[in-house]
Amino acid sequence: MSVLADLAGAMASGAVEVVDLTHTLDPDFPVIVLPPEFGQCARFRMEEISAYDHRGPAWKWHNLHMSEHTGTHFDAPCHWISGRDVANGAVDEIDPAAFVGPVCVIDCSAESAEDEDYILTRARIEAWEAEHGAIPEGAWVLMRTDWSKRSGAKYLNMREDGAHSPGPDAGAVLYLVEERGIRGFGTETVGTDAGQATHFEPPYPAHYHLHGAGRYGLQCLSGLDRLPATGAMLLAAPLKIRNGTGSPLRVLALVEKETA
Amino acid sequence: MTDPIAPPPKKNPQKPQAVPLSPPAARSRAALGLSAAAAEARFALQHCAECGAVQYPPRDACHGCLSTDLRWRDTDPAGTLIAETTVRTSPNLYFRRAAPWRTGTVRLDVGVSVVAHVHGDCEKGGRVRLINRLDRAGQGVLMALPEGETPNMADDPELRELTCDPKHRRVLLTDARQANAPALAKALLDAGASVVFVGEAETWRPYPQRETLAAMEGVQLLPLDVTDTSSVVELAGEIGGKVDILVNNARFVRPGGILSRGDVGFAQREMDVNAFGLMRLAQAFGPGMRARGADGVNNAVAWVNILSVHALASDPAYGGFNASQAAALSAAQTLRAELRPGGVRVATLFVGPTEDDWHQDVPPPKVLPKALARSLVQGLRDGTEEIWCGDVAQDLRDRLRQDPKVVERQVSEGGA
Repeated sequence: MSVLADLAGAMASGAVEVVDLTHTLDPDFPVIVLPPEFGQCARFRMEEISAYDHRGPAWKWHNLHMSEHTGTHFDAPCHWISGRDVANGAVDEIDPAAFVGPVCVIDCSAESAEDEDYILTRARIEAWEAEHGAIPEGAWVLMRTDWSKRSGAKYLNMREDGAHSPGPDAGAVLYLVEERGIRGFGTETVGTDAGQATHFEPPYPAHYHLHGAGRYGLQCLSGLDRLPATGAMLLAAPLKIRNGTGSPLRVLALVEKETA
Repeated sequence: MTDPIAPPPKKNPQKPQAVPLSPPAARSRAALGLSAAAAEARFALQHCAECGAVQYPPRDACHGCLSTDLRWRDTDPAGTLIAETTVRTSPNLYFRRAAPWRTGTVRLDVGVSVVAHVHGDCEKGGRVRLINRLDRAGQGVLMALPEGETPNMADDPELRELTCDPKHRRVLLTDARQANAPALAKALLDAGASVVFVGEAETWRPYPQRETLAAMEGVQLLPLDVTDTSSVVELAGEIGGKVDILVNNARFVRPGGILSRGDVGFAQREMDVNAFGLMRLAQAFGPGMRARGADGVNNAVAWVNILSVHALASDPAYGGFNASQAAALSAAQTLRAELRPGGVRVATLFVGPTEDDWHQDVPPPKVLPKALARSLVQGLRDGTEEIWCGDVAQDLRDRLRQDPKVVERQVSEGGA
């Protein structure tokens, strides 16, 4: 148990920092928009039950209404058709150990600032590995784009030909899944896939390949610029929803403060 | 000619609010037929089915033959103003405050004499036409107007009490994202509204008519999502005290019946926007409007909900949506009763199928935004509670009055 005791000490001293990577659940926060004849993701809604008043004199509380995929959230394998038969593919079935793991952050913020349709490729990941070392098995891999700093219409960046935001191509996802054995992949955008990913081969390659291989997705993450490229620990535990395909999250990272 | 009403001055912040007062509201059951006709701005009187005699005032038995078979029928409103006077004071608080008030006796060509409110441009002994309108108590009353149009006729203070004219009033249109928003806003501004606040939901995704709306002088786009209680409450906090007319055009519609959909996802959204949205707006804006029913030239006067006529008889092809329309209609009836003490009229603008993305395979006639806008303004100027826009709505109304059960069956088999 000395590891945890050391951790507790490090957290108390500030040597290990807790970083919040979560957007506030807000009624006006964007959700993914599908063609309007399809079912839609519910927006976050909050109705007051009482507020120290005639409805409940000494307490205030709310009822919430939202989707599994509203705000900063977790995608389970059964979210996608490719993962429908994956064993333990729903949020209530996943081994809780899977929610906590080391995290690698691939900084694509410069490229994404240049090109809002920036595509993360295998070559770009290999270049990252040349600098930071191979991605270890069981790692969370996050694509930093600084997209979380955008707000309003710039976030979805929806135009007549669809949304425009960065994401990985199939080659990148397959490399991470098959050759690096990652735990999951996360983004700052509204989904793990690029805005234009419906036109990729296969469509939505991140969803298709991650979930087909039983891996997890994290999206609408915030503030990835506060994480080091390697060395942090990510905690992303979904709500335990029966047969849930995802869940809103409070994503935390444990980050060692640079001692230099 | 009538003196045009000047734009109201800014409100004196030290002056207490004038409380809304009501003209006498008590009516016999028979007399409520006049109010029912006034709800549609129809001039109707009882006609005896046995002897044909026209009746006034409303009664239970014919003054000629004692038949009890008296039917409300649209009636020729032409007559002569045979006497007139001006009431300077009254024991009734409403008329006491509104005095001086012109009143008179009109001998109608159909043979009865009625006591009526009298427009300032009517001349004693001259030809007049009677209109039947709802007063601030929501009851039908008769008013004599000059035969033809006179300058600034609608600005007559007695007539303005019976209408919800947009002139000099501030309007809240609740949903900028509806394709009809620019046409509705333009018609209201053209009718003299001083400002049209237009509620805008989800600015994080674009919509086609935003530029048009933003470029319209007199339009203010403000954040409002009728499915988000906090946004409704916030906007009411900001502009609730200056909404004189609320036009609720928020709507969510998808085709589909009950069985064909297989889930209640769209139905929940339809209920949330169309029925609960109305309730959220009512809870946030209603109390303020009810309190401002006597707030001078730009007092709160009307609340209009735009609903499908199939709220009254469901077309199964839009079964889920129509359930939400029926719910909204019922909620609006309650709101009508709740706003009545403030003199604020709750109107339903009934429309048939609209020309939009969600009625692509519905055959014409379909209602265009401009037609909807015309009906809206006409309804406000007439101060009606029920406005029927387009051929489908009007036809359905007429047939429903004959036999609702027959209409239900016809509509359920795909007839309009």
